[in-house]
Amino acid sequence: MRHLLPKEVETLWTLFTAPVVWALHFLICYVGAAVFCEKPGFLGMDFDNLRIAIGLVTVLALAVIVMSAMLAWRQWGFGTDDPPHDDPTRRDRLLFQGYATLLLSGLSFVAIVFTALPALFVTGCLR
Amino acid sequence: MSDRPKPDRDKAAEEARLRAVWANPGGWRYWTSVNNMQVGLWYGSAAFAFMLFAGLLGLLIRAQLAVPENDLLSAETYNQVYTLHGTVMMFLFAVPIFEAVAIFLLPPMLGARDLPFPRLGAFGFWSFLIGGTFVCGSIFFGAAPNAGWFMYPPLATSEQAGIGADIWLLGLSFIEVASLAAAVELIVGIMKCRAPGMRVNLMPLFAWYLLIVAGMILFAFPPLIAGDLLFEMQRMFDWPFFDPQRGGDPLLWQHLFWIFGHPEVYIIFLPAIALLAMIIPTFAGRPIVGYSWIVLAAVGTGFLSFGLWVHHMFATGLPQISLAFFSAASGAVAIPTGVQIFVFIATMLAGRVIFSTPMLFAMGGLAIFVMGGLTGVMVALVPFDWQAHDSYFVVAHLHYVLIGGMLFPVFAGLYYYYPLIDGKKMSDRVGRLAFWFMFAGFNITFFPMHLTGLRGMPRRVYTYPADIGWDWLNLISTMGAVVLGIGMFAVVVDVTLHRRRHPRGKPNPWNAGTLEWIGQPEELWGMRSIPRIESRYPLWDQKDLAKSIHAGEWYLPHAEEGYRETLVTSVLDAEPEQVLRVGGTSYLTIASAATLGTVFVALTFKWWIVALIAGVAFVAAVIWWLWTGTGAIPEKEEKDIGRGVSLPLYTSGVKSAGWWAMFITMTGDGTAFASLVFGYFFFWTIHDDFTGGVAGPGVFWPMAALALFAAAWAATLGAREVNRRGGVTAARVLLVAGALLSIAGCAAALAGPWTTGLDPTAHVYPAIVWILAIWAAVHGAVGVLMQLYCLARSLAGRLTPRYDMELHNVALYWHFMLVTAVVTFGVIGLFPEAL
Repeated sequence: MRHLLPKEVETLWTLFTAPVVWALHFLICYVGAAVFCEKPGFLGMDFDNLRIAIGLVTVLALAVIVMSAMLAWRQWGFGTDDPPHDDPTRRDRLLFQGYATLLLSGLSFVAIVFTALPALFVTGCLR
Repeated sequence: MSDRPKPDRDKAAEEARLRAVWANPGGWRYWTSVNNMQVGLWYGSAAFAFMLFAGLLGLLIRAQLAVPENDLLSAETYNQVYTLHGTVMMFLFAVPIFEAVAIFLLPPMLGARDLPFPRLGAFGFWSFLIGGTFVCGSIFFGAAPNAGWFMYPPLATSEQAGIGADIWLLGLSFIEVASLAAAVELIVGIMKCRAPGMRVNLMPLFAWYLLIVAGMILFAFPPLIAGDLLFEMQRMFDWPFFDPQRGGDPLLWQHLFWIFGHPEVYIIFLPAIALLAMIIPTFAGRPIVGYSWIVLAAVGTGFLSFGLWVHHMFATGLPQISLAFFSAASGAVAIPTGVQIFVFIATMLAGRVIFSTPMLFAMGGLAIFVMGGLTGVMVALVPFDWQAHDSYFVVAHLHYVLIGGMLFPVFAGLYYYYPLIDGKKMSDRVGRLAFWFMFAGFNITFFPMHLTGLRGMPRRVYTYPADIGWDWLNLISTMGAVVLGIGMFAVVVDVTLHRRRHPRGKPNPWNAGTLEWIGQPEELWGMRSIPRIESRYPLWDQKDLAKSIHAGEWYLPHAEEGYRETLVTSVLDAEPEQVLRVGGTSYLTIASAATLGTVFVALTFKWWIVALIAGVAFVAAVIWWLWTGTGAIPEKEEKDIGRGVSLPLYTSGVKSAGWWAMFITMTGDGTAFASLVFGYFFFWTIHDDFTGGVAGPGVFWPMAALALFAAAWAATLGAREVNRRGGVTAARVLLVAGALLSIAGCAAALAGPWTTGLDPTAHVYPAIVWILAIWAAVHGAVGVLMQLYCLARSLAGRLTPRYDMELHNVALYWHFMLVTAVVTFGVIGLFPEAL
């Protein structure tokens, strides 16, 4: 498994990967539904296609999150050390980053599932 | 290379020099100080004063509603009172108090001498004070805003709203500028100015929270600035953005307002929780349990809070699937919020808790907040919200969240951090008494409002009939408000009078572990010397740290060249990178704030000439500020900071603090621009033909503008590269060419809608096209000023191939300008053609 993952990047920004995926997923769902319901002629398909599209985007987003979680898990040393990761060393700083990123991946995963749920239950542009 | 400073140092002389460099001027010139401790105190005091003012307005509201059919206030006065109460509490207290606390606390907490842009901080404060006084003062002339703190059109665009709406829009836009300034200052400060060794896993949690909050400000405030711009264009010039008869839509304002407004709730809440994250470990006597979980919660809440705005709009008739997305996100945000509370509980369980006054306020606040959070989950559910919408239930909910999640933690912070101001604790006896009055008074006031709301009482009514079961609940609320007011008054008395008799206490009275308690409140230098940090709680874990810091044994113990200096370190591991010379005492901050304030005030009263003159004066003041205060070429390449470390005094490009400031500012600016583009497409979605039959700006002029701006961008970039390689003359030629090209670009941008005769008052489509074109042109004009500034610096010998920070920053601006041009002209020129 280890060798399948891309090279390790060392920056603060990786922390935000999973929440950014959540934000993009949320935006696509919201804009997609808004345009579909306001301009049915523009996208020209029925509501079930919108639901399927949301489903596909959700699967894609969750896949990216899982990927980010695996990278984070590696950065966290595959869980060999326990928190709090508060030593003044580069190693503990990396472990902290990995752990925090992993936690955020989990939260983003759940939040994406939350966002997608309405598409399971809502069947039309009801107002 | 020795590990210790040279033995022959004259420490007394060093100290005297350092003290002189950081000293405040005396007499009335004291007010020109830019030191973070002064600015933080002024900022905090002003925000507190505004809070007390708004609190009195709150008491007036309660007095009016105490009994049915009351005639204490007229309907119009009541409208002004409640609008100003909400506006002042949100814009002049809740957000600014944290900018204040952060400016005051962050440098000592991070081990910095000051934040990287002290003058910017002072400018933010003066802007805030001027704007806030203007907005608050309006009520004494009966001219306060009266359409609710969220200013919904069509009410707020109507004649009925009067000048109060303009005061709200312009006064607050001005304050938003101050918030963005603070965001720039805080982000750069937290990322780049930490003490050596303070890696991201050792950073105080307060700094983590503030970093996230400052990032949120960048994405939350600009949509409101964009909204204010559209709103003011409608009020001043009749451009119909929110007028349905001419293709506009009031809902666009609601979107823009709440894209700001909901994250704002978390912008208020997270710093308050950050205070608790500092206070609770101290009184539990142990490190926080779950540091990483707190980071998860801060980042997670920061993001999720942007997916909640429509839950303020559940009753506006949006498709149910859209509502459901926002309902889902509103449920999800309860997860990270809950995580923080459990972390606090776990920390207390794992330690031995001392129930001091700050802890009382902290615990009381959490209890209240949890209850507000639970009613929050209730109103996050669409069917329940439809019942409770616009009723007193919502009033109860929002006060439970904000007072529990913000006011009580702020009071906890006040009692906790007061010794940092003058070494004296506030009175425990008064504090405990005040707490119980406030806690009881709060619940007596706001708990009954849940019931009044469920019994159907709507918000914002100035009176009500006697026989529908609202009277006794309202009377109880009013009595509670008086009790709450007595509690607050006790704190005010304590702050202003009581403590004078107190003796000075120990420097670290609570035995806290974080660096801000290093304790020399009388010194203005922040840190006598800047230590290397090796723990999350350095005062607990690093033996004799305070002593060695005060003895000047660490980095940068002197200021022999007579400049105010602080260290710049790397983002992840805080390795020292540069000695940054920061701005000192100056009139320019006040002059800039005063002239910009005059612009906004003059616009409110439509004094165009005054506005123009003040605008020119503002630009002149800013250029003078930059010219004299930034980018100075140092007298030597490197400076010895002690312990065998030498650091450069000058950096340019991505390593310099100025580059980051530009990047962050332009990110915020880009968000405002994106909000305007959102407006364009919003109008497209709601209409079958969003152009209203009007021909657009054509393709030619927009494409010409795009080409010209792209060429100007290339010239600027070329100037930077050529200059770097030593081609000074060629760089100057390129800068001139770039300026000419962008002037032509600005003209072409406006030529599109001008030559096709688009009338912005006729329909919303020409109006939004004009706004986008003007936005691009104004940014092009600012770009010209920047190019000419670099040219002037080069001619004056202040910008050379080696010292080229300005050119890097201006090139960065032009990257953003290029994106703005591509999007603007792509959208207004090509999008109508693509349909």
